[in-house]
Amino acid sequence: MAHKKYIVGIFDDEDVVKDAVGKVRGSKVKIQEVFCPYPVHGLDHALGYDRPRMGVPAFLFGITGTSLAFLLTFWTMGIDWPMNIGGKNFIPFPTNIPIVFELTVLLAAFGMAFTFFFMEGLGPTTKPVIFDERSTDDKFAMAIDMSKNTLSDAEIQTILKESGASEVSVKEI
Amino acid sequence: MSVVSPIREHLVTGGKTHHDVTEDICRHVEAKPTKEWKIALTISILVLIYGAGWVLWTWWEGLGVWGLNKTVGWAWDITNFVWWVGIGHAGTLISAILLLFRQKWRTSVNRAAEAMTIFAVICAASFIIMHMGRPWLALWALPLPNTFGSLWVNFNSPLVWDVFAISTYFSVSLLFWFIGLIPDLATIRDRATGVRKVIYGALSLGWTGGAKTWARYEDVSLILAGLSTPLVLSVHTIVSFDFATSVIPGWHTTIFPPYFVAGAIFSGFAMVQNLMLITRVVYKLEDYITIEHIGLMNKIITVTGSIVGVAYITEFFIAAYSGVEYEKYAFLNRATGPLWWSYAAMMTCNVLSPQIFWFKSLRENIVVSFVIAVVVNIGMWFERFVIIVTSLHRDYLPSSWTYFTPRMADIGDYMFSFGLFSTLFFLFSKFLPVINMAEVKSVLKTSSEKPAKY
Repeated sequence: MAHKKYIVGIFDDEDVVKDAVGKVRGSKVKIQEVFCPYPVHGLDHALGYDRPRMGVPAFLFGITGTSLAFLLTFWTMGIDWPMNIGGKNFIPFPTNIPIVFELTVLLAAFGMAFTFFFMEGLGPTTKPVIFDERSTDDKFAMAIDMSKNTLSDAEIQTILKESGASEVSVKEI
Repeated sequence: MSVVSPIREHLVTGGKTHHDVTEDICRHVEAKPTKEWKIALTISILVLIYGAGWVLWTWWEGLGVWGLNKTVGWAWDITNFVWWVGIGHAGTLISAILLLFRQKWRTSVNRAAEAMTIFAVICAASFIIMHMGRPWLALWALPLPNTFGSLWVNFNSPLVWDVFAISTYFSVSLLFWFIGLIPDLATIRDRATGVRKVIYGALSLGWTGGAKTWARYEDVSLILAGLSTPLVLSVHTIVSFDFATSVIPGWHTTIFPPYFVAGAIFSGFAMVQNLMLITRVVYKLEDYITIEHIGLMNKIITVTGSIVGVAYITEFFIAAYSGVEYEKYAFLNRATGPLWWSYAAMMTCNVLSPQIFWFKSLRENIVVSFVIAVVVNIGMWFERFVIIVTSLHRDYLPSSWTYFTPRMADIGDYMFSFGLFSTLFFLFSKFLPVINMAEVKSVLKTSSEKPAKY
């Protein structure tokens, strides 16, 4: 596997890293990603990412759950084997609402979660690309892909140090 | 820059750094099991085995081994089921509803509370399976094509709603808990070596904590919380329908859904309080689970206990106001009949005892909090017993009036659930991080936050 060259800046504080992202991007350096031990609010905005729209898969899976539940209850009780239960309607409305609700929630939750895993490539066999193992502990690691940047190593390292990185290293991953 | 309220105490005390959080929580996962833990686990497993013997006996002999009779056809089994489901409400409530309300203090308690929820729901489900008498036919409760010309389940029945509600609640809670665990499992993975690294590596799904992943992760958590909130409320609502849709005086009351949900939160928080206080001492987590947390939990216990109290009184008023003779008698018999002692236990434990938390000194006293939490759970068990048994034991025909006495099988089956619950909880507390490290780190103060001087 071809190794790619990265410059990794380590930051100690969430506010420093947030400001640094602005400064680094202001110097026309493309950031690959910033790895954090916990969610830092506003960092995705600073990096110029779009607002996450996980509500879309949740809604789509949810509405699928609703439709399937209506189909299931209406078809089984009304069409496939209609049964007279205490003189109630063959089409079990609204007594099927609990079922419809539960299946809506079930499909929305699992559908959204698996969409998230799929989008992020998360899975039990995924080999994570770790730039610095401390980024799941207490450090923030800013990775810069050298193949996507025109500035030289030294220039990027200076920019990182000036924006508050406590360590800067070059890594081949 | 985050906004920090000057009137709030720090959520985590002791001036912890982010690295301290990792060390304090991971230490318990990485260290060799302690002697105390081994002893506690052994006792739990022994109780589990003893209980399992009674469960097998119940299935071998049939449900006749329980103390049920012709009049009281439903007693400890369903009481235990409702009790465990109720306890299983706190975890998702803490992680979902308190997330929506932006209650940051939940970060220290949500992980253990969610684990407890999942284990409590497993215990509850075990009573459903015990109920069936023929557990190998459990799948008949599901709408599966079958050899009877595809005779389907009855979707008008609250028992079928229950199957859907409990199984959805269990699976969504498990998903919510697991998604919360992923970043922490990655933290353990990055510190580990050998087999441990492989196992935690697979469990953490290759998490790296990129800013984009975190942004989506937070969106997923928020939406899951939004989905779980009505789900939590629906579960005990549907459990209460098992009773409320019947025609038994004392059961068919419209107040049941909110009353059951409040009671569920009440008992669930009490159980969380108990487990939290034990974990706090055993794992030396006093800086994470602070007196403020205990006080806040006690406030919720008092509020929900009082809601339950109002519900008890409302039931009486409505029975009297209805003018229905059977309804009036059911409630009078509940309080003054042969099972008056269970009613008295319920009233004392649930309504009166939490009222002492109006005093700040008692609310923030660890011993008092622990004792009251135990008392509340005893009270909530009696609440279900009162609702179920006192409504049944004197039916329309005085010739069939009777009394309920549990047999050893009832007790043994109940012990089984305790053994199961504590075994699962001890395993969890050893092999998984008991506090959500990533969330706790996010509520620690950072350099830009200058709490107002006052």
